[in-house]
Amino acid sequence: MTVLSARDLVIDIPGRSGGAALGLEIKPGQIWGVLGPNGAGKTTLLHTLAGLKPPRQGQVQLDTLDLTAMPRRTLARKLGLVFQERQDSFPATVLETALIGRHPWLSLWQSEQAEDIRRAEAALEALDVSDLGTRLLNTLSGGERQRVAIATLMTQNPDVWLLDEPTNHLDLHHQVQVMRLLSACSRRNKAIFMCLHDLNLAARWCSHVLLLYPDGQACWGSTEVMLVRDALEGLYGQKLIELHKDDIRLFAPASD
Amino acid sequence: MIRALSVLTGCAVLACGLSLAVGSVTVAPVELWQVVVGQSDGLARTLVLDLRLPRTLSAFAAGGLLAIAGALMQVLLRNPLADPYVLGLSGGAATGALLAMLAGAGVVLVSGAAFAGALFATLLVFGLAHGTGSWTPSRLLLTGVVTAAGWGAAITLMLAVTPAHQLPGMLYWLMGDVSYARLPWPSMVVLVVAVAAMLPLARSLNVLARGPLQAAALGVSVRPLEWAVYLLASLLTATAVTSVGSIGFVGLIVPHMLRLVLGNDQRIILPASALAGGTLLVLADTLARTVIAPEQLPVGVITALLGVPTFLYLLHRSR
Repeated sequence: MTVLSARDLVIDIPGRSGGAALGLEIKPGQIWGVLGPNGAGKTTLLHTLAGLKPPRQGQVQLDTLDLTAMPRRTLARKLGLVFQERQDSFPATVLETALIGRHPWLSLWQSEQAEDIRRAEAALEALDVSDLGTRLLNTLSGGERQRVAIATLMTQNPDVWLLDEPTNHLDLHHQVQVMRLLSACSRRNKAIFMCLHDLNLAARWCSHVLLLYPDGQACWGSTEVMLVRDALEGLYGQKLIELHKDDIRLFAPASD
Repeated sequence: MIRALSVLTGCAVLACGLSLAVGSVTVAPVELWQVVVGQSDGLARTLVLDLRLPRTLSAFAAGGLLAIAGALMQVLLRNPLADPYVLGLSGGAATGALLAMLAGAGVVLVSGAAFAGALFATLLVFGLAHGTGSWTPSRLLLTGVVTAAGWGAAITLMLAVTPAHQLPGMLYWLMGDVSYARLPWPSMVVLVVAVAAMLPLARSLNVLARGPLQAAALGVSVRPLEWAVYLLASLLTATAVTSVGSIGFVGLIVPHMLRLVLGNDQRIILPASALAGGTLLVLADTLARTVIAPEQLPVGVITALLGVPTFLYLLHRSR
């Protein structure tokens, strides 16, 4: 049970002065979606919340501890993230990749035990890539690699999950599968915070939404309140159509 | 893992045995065994223990050091082409050594100058790559490549102005020469200590190979680890270059060949590099001193001639 909070936080975007100070509390059981146009600072926000990039102002805290005061290994047991871009300079198999999620849990002299391998295999199974275990990462498709990255985070099993566009490259079925998985994790008291471009996924699965504008302004709140057509049209500079079908809200770009 | 390392250990022992047995006088395997277990005295004992063993061990240690340094640099820069030589470390060492030779210094001073040159090159590259911003792998690599070109020019200049009778010694040093190596123990100790020191960090290196951000997200203190790896790799290279001169290809090719066969787990790759690099250089040195005996070939030529086809073959049949 860990709460990630941003206090008076202004992220550091080169060439952008000002910006709203964020005061967020990301609690267990919540699923946050960050929406905003390209270059609004979604990835920077994610990296700042993970302690990988210093903020311009304010603090990020895990429970009551400042991130900068925590050793990286302790932090990595509580908070993990899936990057949008990944470096694969050296060939590695899918199972090896998932297993590096256990790194923060093992001491210097320990090697991965049967239990660690079981966790990695379970994560690959959950992401539907268990049959690729011995394949090299660079022989996989973009969507398969994306699912392996999520499986790595699942193997790491932190309390707070940060994900940078987790549905990138995924087909419709696997998009839904990943969102269902994240939703199941939130019910097991994980706190989920992710950047998204898909309004419909956000409308359906996120409990909270943060809208990030290119000039650094931001607003946040529960999904029902925040996800309204006017606000989204202003956010993206794009006319939208809003549809209601059963309990589902759908957004689509209007043809002007 | 155990199997791969056992096979490599077996190869290393065989290569060392071969290197001790062949030469101007061949020592039969039975005689060699008697020397090893201490049941022999006289000529065979002197030949093996006093004349050949120091050279064999020096070659083994230098090969192991170079291969580990290469493996570390490749992970640090996340570039399969990285190698201590590419970063100009050997250039700095060679410049130091040649300067000492020009000044007419003895073997010890030449070695000392090579060591100082390698460390100076290390600090120069690191300082320049750091610049006003933070250093990135590509910046470090580019700085290294450019300073290496500078060292190359300095070496050519020195060769051009050197009196003809001094040239052969210099050229041999530049191409690597094990015959002057008489004190194998410092290098062997550095090799063993380096492997022992890196093994607990090897899993962190596996994570670092996925990129610094991913590594930090998985709990690695990236900057201290990168500093440690860079300094250690430099120290290993400086030690190797000091004892056997400048030998290319070992640091580049050995870790690569092992990765193609064993995968990229540094917990296996680092000790395997020590064994395979040592074996390669022992074999190369044995060939270098027997092929056209009593004349000797520069060992760097042999490592290249052995390494290049093997590497190309492995690359060709890899997945």
